[in-house]
Amino acid sequence: MGDQFLFAIEVMINGLMAGVLYALVALGFVLIFKASGIFNYAQGVMALFAALTLVGIMEGQVPFSHLINAIFGTKIHHFGWEVPAILAILLTMMIMVFFAWAVNHFVMRHLVNQEPIILFMATIGLAYFLEGVGDLMWGSEIKTLDVGLPQGGSFWIEDMTAGLGSDNFFGFFIDKLDMVATVIAAILVVGLVVFAQYTKQGRAMRAVADDHQAALSVGISLNYIWVLVWSLAGFVALVAGIMWGAKSGVQFSLSLIALKALPVLMLGGFTSIPGAIVGGLIIGVGEKIFEFTVGAAIGGATENWFAYMLALLFLVFRPQGLFGEKIIERV
Amino acid sequence: MFYREAGDFKTSYVDDSQTFPIAFDRWRYYVVLAFAFLVVPFIINDYWANAVVVPFLIYAIAAIGLNILTGYCGQVSLGTGGFMAVGAYACYKLMTAFPDISIVIHIILAGGVTAAVGVMFGLPSLRIKGFYLAVATLAAQFFLIWLFNRVGWFYNYSASGQINAPEREVFGVLVTGPNTAAWAQYMICLVFVVACAVVARNLTRGTQGRKWMAIRDMDIAAEIIGVNPLRAKLSAFAVSSFFIGISGALFFAVYLGAVEVGEAFGIQKSFLVLFMIIIGGLGSIFGSFAGAAFLVILPVVLKIVGADWLGWPTDLVAHFNLVIVGALIIFFLIKEPHGLAQLWRLAKEKLRLWPFPY
Repeated sequence: MGDQFLFAIEVMINGLMAGVLYALVALGFVLIFKASGIFNYAQGVMALFAALTLVGIMEGQVPFSHLINAIFGTKIHHFGWEVPAILAILLTMMIMVFFAWAVNHFVMRHLVNQEPIILFMATIGLAYFLEGVGDLMWGSEIKTLDVGLPQGGSFWIEDMTAGLGSDNFFGFFIDKLDMVATVIAAILVVGLVVFAQYTKQGRAMRAVADDHQAALSVGISLNYIWVLVWSLAGFVALVAGIMWGAKSGVQFSLSLIALKALPVLMLGGFTSIPGAIVGGLIIGVGEKIFEFTVGAAIGGATENWFAYMLALLFLVFRPQGLFGEKIIERV
Repeated sequence: MFYREAGDFKTSYVDDSQTFPIAFDRWRYYVVLAFAFLVVPFIINDYWANAVVVPFLIYAIAAIGLNILTGYCGQVSLGTGGFMAVGAYACYKLMTAFPDISIVIHIILAGGVTAAVGVMFGLPSLRIKGFYLAVATLAAQFFLIWLFNRVGWFYNYSASGQINAPEREVFGVLVTGPNTAAWAQYMICLVFVVACAVVARNLTRGTQGRKWMAIRDMDIAAEIIGVNPLRAKLSAFAVSSFFIGISGALFFAVYLGAVEVGEAFGIQKSFLVLFMIIIGGLGSIFGSFAGAAFLVILPVVLKIVGADWLGWPTDLVAHFNLVIVGALIIFFLIKEPHGLAQLWRLAKEKLRLWPFPY
């Protein structure tokens, strides 16, 4: 096999891994969209907020310490203890559930029956609000997140595959973290599907997604389902935040992956969980391959826009995405 | 008491269909214009021009542009920053390629170039709607920024990758470059703002505006009553991009003078202008001004209160700014989806009956 071909395969595998991470974010979008018809722009910021909170709790930071210091002139910043990762994750999850309740109670409940685009803009406002609160609570400097996930390239795979090419091919470089992320994403998807198909709450969730009024009339509480769905989305955001945070540090750019998840959804269709996964993989592989083959020749860094352009072209031919339900409009 | 139409008789159709049918309204606008043209230039100083007035005017143009597309025609766009960048770079290329032609013409041409680009990215709107389209315009945003960042021709192969506005004069007065007087900056922006506002106002209350609004309210029904969606949508994209291009050109040439594209015209700018029209009022020219003024002044006020009076660190104040803006967006969408403009309209209704509301 030629080295170029092997390099291309390596690029593709890394693209797949990146795609899994995109899919992880996209999953949160799909959950909320299916259950309430809301396109939640704040999903990325939720991931950032979750990661920030996790780091803050683990390191024992005092929330709002900057603000307290500024008002009272004190100099507090840490409680002086460290919380183990598992406990911190549980605490963060509790905060995300509280956040889900607050969003439903203060925002979404008042916007029932508004046009989707109004709801979309409300979530943009929510994203700004949450980003500001996150920064106020934990400070805006870049933090490192270490919950004990393996890091760095896998030597085992490198050694195993080094023999495939000629002498200047050193085997596939694959980040261990990416592999862990893939496994976790797979577990998450299976878990969500099982939850949606076989539990009482899952059935209620699907009923709400089908028809709000019919669901109400058989005695399903919309408020409860929406809090549940936002909590689930918060959970997915937490997982995505841990993965991305461990990969590239907890910082503002984390919230921009939400924007990357949009074309993923466009490709996969807004209403389909498998679609989110497949869309994520297509985008992940596509942008890596495009950068590898064409990108270098036209200036590099094409990853910034390739996904959107792909989605744009795709939408023109199939507006509902790969797996989405057909859009039917009546006057 | 004085704000009412009683006694204000219209004797011709022209009178009847004028922009401001109530005499008091009309005179108030004349007074505001006279104040803006005859008083402000003499009292404006560098701080006010740079911190408040000039950005307000420039954002007002952008907000009018986006309001035409989103507020009147119902097509949500997140590509405003990218289109502003097109205006800025078109203006820069024209300024450096034809140094003898007046900057005013360059700015208008830059608007034209942006309109063409806008139509191109508007084409998908014929197939896709709602936030699908919003994402499609994100493609414009990221692609255009990347283009201006990477392709040397656009920034004349300058080493820093920045573009710098050369010095240009209008009627012998310097309007671009670092040595421009505050009042000159202010005047050129003001002229463009007034021209744009008049054009936009008249477009939106005429046939074209009604077509846009029909498309916004329900595009299939609009098509059935005979509005051509292709023309209506693309013309909205063209007109909107034209205004946004002009604001981008002014933002670069007059206000900033030197621009690094990712920083000046990034995705944040798109959201900022979108927030302006949400807070100001979707589908209202006055709302564009109100929203632009609000979001330009808010950070300045917060900075004065937080950093100067209370002595907080500036980053803390910036975070507060985010929280407040986000909360306000949600508040407005819940309580008053039509924004400040609607509050103003309600106030006017009340005023007409005041002090005898029954």
